[in-house]
Amino acid sequence: MSNPDPVDIFRIEAAELLEQMEQGLLDLEHRLDDRTLVDAVFRALHTLKGSGAMFGFDRLAAFTHHCETAFDRVRKGLAEATPELVSAVLDARDHMRALVEDPSGDHADEERYLLERLQAAVSGAAPLPVASPADGPVAAAVPASPTTWCIRFSLPENTLVNGTNPLSFLDELRAMGECRVVADRSALPPLEKLDPTALYLAWEVTLTTDRSRADIEDVFLFVMDDMTLTIEAQADSASTPEPGPSATISADGPLAIATEPSPDRPAPEATARPANDTADPRLRRKVESVRVPAERLDELMDRVGELVIVQSRLQQIAATSSDMGLRTVSEEMERLCSELRVTMMVLRMVPVATLFDRYRRLVHDLQRDTGKKIELSTDGESTEMDKTVIERLADPLVHLVRNAADHGLEPAEARAAAGKPEAGSIRLSARQTGGEVIISVTDDGRGIDRARVRTKAEAAGLIQPGTTIADQDLLQLIFQPGFSTASSVTNLSGRGVGMDVVKKAIESLHGSIDLTSRPGEGSTVSLRIPLTLAIIDGLLVRVGEGHYVIPLPAVEECIEISQEEDLRSRGRAFLSLRDTLVPFIRLRELFATSTKPDPYQKMVVVSTGDEHVGLIVDQIIGHHQTVIKSMSKLHEDVTAFSGATILGDGSVALILDVANLISLGQEQEAQLRAIA
Amino acid sequence: MNKPALKTKDVQDAPIEEIEALTFEIGGETFALEAAIVREILDLLPETIVPGSRPFVNAVINFRGKVIPLADIRVAMGMPTVATTIDSRIVVVEMDFDGMPTLVGLRTDKVNEVTALSMVGSEPPPRVGLRWPPQFIECLIHRGGTFIIFPDLKAIFASTGRSSQPD
Repeated sequence: MSNPDPVDIFRIEAAELLEQMEQGLLDLEHRLDDRTLVDAVFRALHTLKGSGAMFGFDRLAAFTHHCETAFDRVRKGLAEATPELVSAVLDARDHMRALVEDPSGDHADEERYLLERLQAAVSGAAPLPVASPADGPVAAAVPASPTTWCIRFSLPENTLVNGTNPLSFLDELRAMGECRVVADRSALPPLEKLDPTALYLAWEVTLTTDRSRADIEDVFLFVMDDMTLTIEAQADSASTPEPGPSATISADGPLAIATEPSPDRPAPEATARPANDTADPRLRRKVESVRVPAERLDELMDRVGELVIVQSRLQQIAATSSDMGLRTVSEEMERLCSELRVTMMVLRMVPVATLFDRYRRLVHDLQRDTGKKIELSTDGESTEMDKTVIERLADPLVHLVRNAADHGLEPAEARAAAGKPEAGSIRLSARQTGGEVIISVTDDGRGIDRARVRTKAEAAGLIQPGTTIADQDLLQLIFQPGFSTASSVTNLSGRGVGMDVVKKAIESLHGSIDLTSRPGEGSTVSLRIPLTLAIIDGLLVRVGEGHYVIPLPAVEECIEISQEEDLRSRGRAFLSLRDTLVPFIRLRELFATSTKPDPYQKMVVVSTGDEHVGLIVDQIIGHHQTVIKSMSKLHEDVTAFSGATILGDGSVALILDVANLISLGQEQEAQLRAIA
Repeated sequence: MNKPALKTKDVQDAPIEEIEALTFEIGGETFALEAAIVREILDLLPETIVPGSRPFVNAVINFRGKVIPLADIRVAMGMPTVATTIDSRIVVVEMDFDGMPTLVGLRTDKVNEVTALSMVGSEPPPRVGLRWPPQFIECLIHRGGTFIIFPDLKAIFASTGRSSQPD
């Protein structure tokens, strides 16, 4: 555990690089002349090639090399970035992933095909730097006569540890022309403090060359983010003042010299990093992060749970004590504990952007497969959700996006005929309301064809022919197993698996699905998902001597039952509530409680969607923030409870499984109807 | 206690000589469990009854912030229930269910000791003449004129919980 396999580390790194590459390519697709993106993709390719070779992934390195070469040509202005190139490299990226995962597999055919495509894409673009001087800033900036440059650079101390050899930069510079190198030793510490693995030197290089400034910058391309670099053209190359071996440089501490921007080119930092406003937010969001196995977080969560329990015991002792000091400490403990709990919750949260990013590629592929033009827009990516929830949403959302692209959006001709823009739009949005996050997939396609849904449902025996059915109920039918309205089965969707799988997945997250659709204008599927699986808002109730938690989102209302009503409803299992009959379950009977019932019984009406059931309890205690603990395998057969939680006094309360209780109520009702 | 007691199983000279076991009493009988699976011995804790569960695992307890089931061998074996005493303890064991390590508490009347038990004199439960369902017993070990019962926890937990003994 302490020493992970280096190959595994490489795999993680490779996955990140491939991810960066994919996002860069997808952005590039929209902004083909954005040099920043070209550079970003190039760097990802280059790093992947380098570390691949280092860890023995030779085929990966060899294959990546071709893509790198292609991108290098684009970077140098020798070729143009084209949609074909982007698409070819995207497919090549998938192949790279295969090579990372299974380096020994047989990939020869795939490789040949991809390289041919790549070749075609690069040679297809006009390789004429002269023809488009404006597009190729590098090529355009080549100065005709030799210039003398003064280059000062310093690298971070840990450069050598990272495996970068500064001498290689000097060698590259020397290869460009006449070169004079002076080392700046001013930062060198006394011998006893010297760390042999640290880099203390900086360099000043006087280089006379006919190469451009951009060429010189390229030498430092891969270290540019961390280093200090200044490149100045000497005004008069003949009378260059030779700086003394270290005297002048060390005097003013040249390590921090800011880059002097030249008038016609952006500063090197600006080329290396995306400009803040235009570039993709993903590239900007490089915050330092630590990978932690989820179970360690769970362990920590357990510890916090125990701490909260101990704290509440301390609080109880302090409340009965007259010791002011003890009371103060107890209050402080309480505040710290609640803060700690909030922090723990936040630790598990990740922005929805990590989820939405995956669908950009999906949409790219869907465009190719459906032949439809699709614009994907996203909204509310910064909304945060529990990581486990996000992982479990990934597949259902794939189904929904596919459905929108395949069934929702019309082909281009039909869109033109309906007066819609040629490109169909699919929108992914996320927003938080209270303890829920609503994620919706919206398309501007043809909407759901009610008549077809009805025909299908009748054919499948889901509804009786000719029944009147509310619009929402009709739409909900598409979530039934085996239902599909696509008249032709495509390889994308339409196999009739999908929507019911989506529904199941969402329900397993304690979420729900809303569907709205206007004929001709498009559909929206909204998933309402609780923020986290680890904690819910609950209503704490007492039945006999036991405490139970009812998930608050399911609670509709609480009613006190008068004694007459209580007597009248004996022997029946439903009450009339504002002219509707609500079936109810006496939890005392269900749980076989042997204590005396409280004189005033309360009813908590719970629902999922349109189905209600009343749960009769002895006492409603109040709101309770519930940390959910799952029940063990030994209690798997108990359907009335979905989990357990620990109360402030350390005792355990069970969490009622509302969906199961409702179906129990429904059964009861059906039985009673049958008798009546 | 830390030594994995059944390690000798892997060694070539097959017959297990001795195992480290925790002995405890339920209903006047002495039971034993392999010490390696025992995590902790607790004083009685507040129990929460789980309505609708199988009778021999009818409750859960809060064990260091975890909610773990509390099982009762007495109920599984069809022995009469008695009131708890000052000696009553909960023995927490770790068991594997479908690849998931699971903690389970066991109600006991009294915990005796961790001791080395000679497995030489062990024998399978007799088919007849036993007060308890034989499928719940792994083996019986003779010691000092009496015998110690090794319950088969897996079989107990896998059962439906309705004791097959008429009484």
